[in-house]
Parts: sequence; C-alpha cells; structure tokens
Amino acid sequence: MPAKDRQAAIVGIHEYPSRAVEGLVSPLQIKAASAASALKDAGLNWSDVDAIYDAGEGGGFGGLTIADYFGIQPSVIDTTNVGGSSYEFHAAHAHRDIASGKANVALLTYGSTAHSTSTAIGVGGGGVGMHPADNLESFYGMTLISNYAMVAHRHMHDYGTTSEQLAEISTATRLHAMRNPEAVAAMTALEFLDIRETTIDDVVGSRMIADPLHLLECCMISDGGGAVVIASPEVAANCKKPPVWILGTGEATKYPTAGGDITTSAAAQSAPLAFGEAGVRADEMDVAMIYDSFSITVLTLLEDLGFCKKGEGGSWVEGGRLRFDRRGDGPALNTDGGGLSSNHPGMRGIFLLIEAARQLRGESTSQVDGARLAVAHGNGGSLGSRHSGGTVILGSD
Amino acid sequence: MAEATRPLPRLTELDTQAFWEATADKELRYQQCGGCGKVVFYPRQHCTGCVDGALAWKISAGLGTVYTYSVVRQSYHPYFRDRVPYAIAWVDLDEGFRVLTNVVGVEDPLTDVSIGQRVRVTWEAHEDVCIPLFEPVG
Repeated sequence: MPAKDRQAAIVGIHEYPSRAVEGLVSPLQIKAASAASALKDAGLNWSDVDAIYDAGEGGGFGGLTIADYFGIQPSVIDTTNVGGSSYEFHAAHAHRDIASGKANVALLTYGSTAHSTSTAIGVGGGGVGMHPADNLESFYGMTLISNYAMVAHRHMHDYGTTSEQLAEISTATRLHAMRNPEAVAAMTALEFLDIRETTIDDVVGSRMIADPLHLLECCMISDGGGAVVIASPEVAANCKKPPVWILGTGEATKYPTAGGDITTSAAAQSAPLAFGEAGVRADEMDVAMIYDSFSITVLTLLEDLGFCKKGEGGSWVEGGRLRFDRRGDGPALNTDGGGLSSNHPGMRGIFLLIEAARQLRGESTSQVDGARLAVAHGNGGSLGSRHSGGTVILGSD
Repeated sequence: MAEATRPLPRLTELDTQAFWEATADKELRYQQCGGCGKVVFYPRQHCTGCVDGALAWKISAGLGTVYTYSVVRQSYHPYFRDRVPYAIAWVDLDEGFRVLTNVVGVEDPLTDVSIGQRVRVTWEAHEDVCIPLFEPVG
C-alpha cells in the first residue's frame, strides 16, 4: 500500500452491546460509554482527542454539546447530520482533517434509545412544514416502508427483480446475525417471534407491510450506539490494535427530480469518488457493509457501488452469494447481522464502520478469511425520496 | 372523540403558500422559469436552473402517469391506519414535474393500480384547501 494511502486509520471501535436499555441509559450516556471503550480499545485517552464529529442526535448543539459532555477541548468540530449515513461522512471528514494536519485523533460517537422511547426512526428531526417539500408530501400516509417499497416496485418493473431475489439479502444477513451473540441477544430483547436462520420462503411468506416489501425485509428498531476513533499514522503506530486505513471516501445527495430514476441512489455518485481515490475496484472487496434499512436499499446500493450493473442486482445476489462463507465471487454482506437482524437505532452508519474494522482486524463473528479490503456505504434520509450517500473504502496493512 | 382526519398543509409556509391557496380553486400549480424554461417543483422562490430567472406560476392539466407506487398495509397514523390498504404513488405530470399522492377511485388498490397507468387529478375538499389525489383515466 503506497504511503499516500496511509493518511488516517480506524484505531479504536466499540459497539454498545444493549439494544433495549429500558429507560435506564440516555443517548448521551451511550455515546460516552462507547467513546471511552473505543479509546481504550485504541490505547488512547480523552485528552488525546483533538477532533470531534457529531450528528447532534444527543441533543443540543452537536459538537459543542458533546465536547462539553465528554470533557474534551477539540480544535476540529464537525456537526454534519445527513441522516443515518452521517458516520460515513464523519469518517470522510476525519480522513480529510487528519491528512491536512488539522487533527491527530478523531472521535465519532452515536447513541439512541429509539426502541425504549418508541421514537419514529428514519423521519428526520423536523416536523410537518419544516421543509417546503414536507409541506407537499406529508398528507398521503407515506410510511417509511412504503417510501422504500416504491423503489422496489419500480426496480421490479424495470428489471424484473423478484421478491425471492430481495429475500437473499435478508437470509444472508440473518445467517450472519445468528453467529453474532450480540445480534441474537438483540433479537431476544426486542422479542422477535422466531429467532433462527431464515429461508427465502420464510421471507416472502412473511406479512406484507407495504407492497412489495415483507416484514422480514424491514430493519428492527433498537436502542444502541457506538464509537469509532480515527488517527494519524503516527498515532496509529502506537495503538493497541492493527490500523484499518481509510483509503478513499465519497459523498453525495439525491432527491426527486422530473424524470429522475428512483432505482439509482446517491451511491452512484459517491462510489466512483471513493473507489477512485482508493485506487481499487468493487470486485476486490472482501466485505461490503451496506446500509440495510430494507432489502431494496442493499440491492440498489450493490448496483450503484459497482458490484454489478444497474438492474442486474436481483440475479447477482441469488444463490447465497452474499454469505460470509462464500468466497471468490462477491463480498460478504453485513457480517454483524445488519440493521435487519442486529442493530438499528435509527442511524446505523456507525456500525458499518465498526464491523468493517472488525473484519479487517480479523475479529468478526462471521470472519471472512484473510479479509483485506472492505467498503462501508451509508444511506441517510429516505431512499425513495431525498437521501444522502457516503462511501468509505477501508483496507488493512 | 373526534374522528381522525387527513393531516393538512400549513398555509403559512412561504414557499408552498401560493400552491395551496390555488387548490381552493382546484388548480394544480407548478412553476416554470421565464428565463431558462426549467420546470420547478416543489415550489420555491428561486430558479434551480439559472441564477437570474424569474419563476412564473403555471396551471397543470392534471394528467399524468404513475411512476411507481406501493400499497400500504400497515400504518400507525390515526387517520391512515383505518384506511389500509391504500395506494401511495409518485406521479409524473405531463408538464414535467413529479408529485407524491394517493391513487384513489379504484375498487382494489392491490390489483387496480399499476406503474405506467394514466391518471388524472381529483380533489378532496377541506375548509381552506383541496388535497390533490389522482384516479385512473377512463
């Protein structure tokens, strides 16, 4: 790996274990506990942190509030909030800020009690009328699921994609979840009715929520959070765990336009930037951590990331291609169990970075042998209307 | 307890105010730039195609095509939960803008709504505004 690719690395990670805190822990407490654990994982301390990245989901003024709460005095403060992909954006910005010499140790944290407090997820922070588009679109009963279902319907119409093909994403993800004790504990805590590996028939036979998406194609709503520490090569050299280098990043937005293609996401813009900067191709990826709010999100993003051509995702995922134990013809997908079966407190982008780092350290519960390269792609907002896409390419030494 | 009603727009929202006021007369309005010709929707005060164009209000004929749709089977909203299954859709108007709406006037949304279907605006009247919905043509 050339030296220019070693500008910043993930050196510390932590995923908050509980998915149902039942009012006993606040989002800020989850963020702080996760930050402390991630710093400990890296062999660093609060005083080492000089850059803070915060989506503001803990309340207050984002980076200001969280610096105060953590008791740190960062000199780079970034409060980017673009929905669930905010953490891919944060990683991109941390990479940039460290490479430019503005920072040495960057801290990203996330905390949510969406399950315990019955908070609607995926709907942004504002209410009706906060944005002019909301004041046109909020009166028709578009549930979050139907927003994504409209992407799936058009994908099926244009390309002949089937529910059975979409179900491949759910079954691969559940297989990985069943191997992850924290995911099994999550499904237990959230009272999943039938906690086991699933079949294509299970998924397409589950209750229809919004045509054409079934119950087992939808993510859970959990509590949770996590933290990621990103550091310069000089700091990384003295950390406890092997560095996971950030090789390339890309950012983009997408929103409805006249004649626009709903089956193409912001990833079509962000992915070429990230892969281009990293100097690698999608087909070199060992692991793909892709935002799985719903099955269709993953299928769309796999295409837009360049794993296959637009419209070919359905046949491409067939036959269990995304399983961790299928090597040589595609990446392992969401090896932690994903948002579908492990952890989705509303903005799951941070878990994409965490599990990708685990894989490249050799620490996953569904470890891909010899994993060297991973892509994390977050989708924030809503796939079927306005959303953001953040792509991060990661590599081990 | 009062019966739950469809949520309604804020008539004080500055970008969309004129759009909603026109619905009282069952006019489906959109904007087009007098300079560069760009069709703009949702309504705004600035043209998104050029930096010095003035947007003019136009009235749509209300005819369009279902771009995509979903039939909602489960909703927790106090109004919509009693109306499942219902069809939510993005409709492309012939004048070149895309709206979110419900496709109504069908016996069974599960079988009677389709992508590519021709639809026409129909209005659900409320006190100060009418909500544009769409129904199949013919």
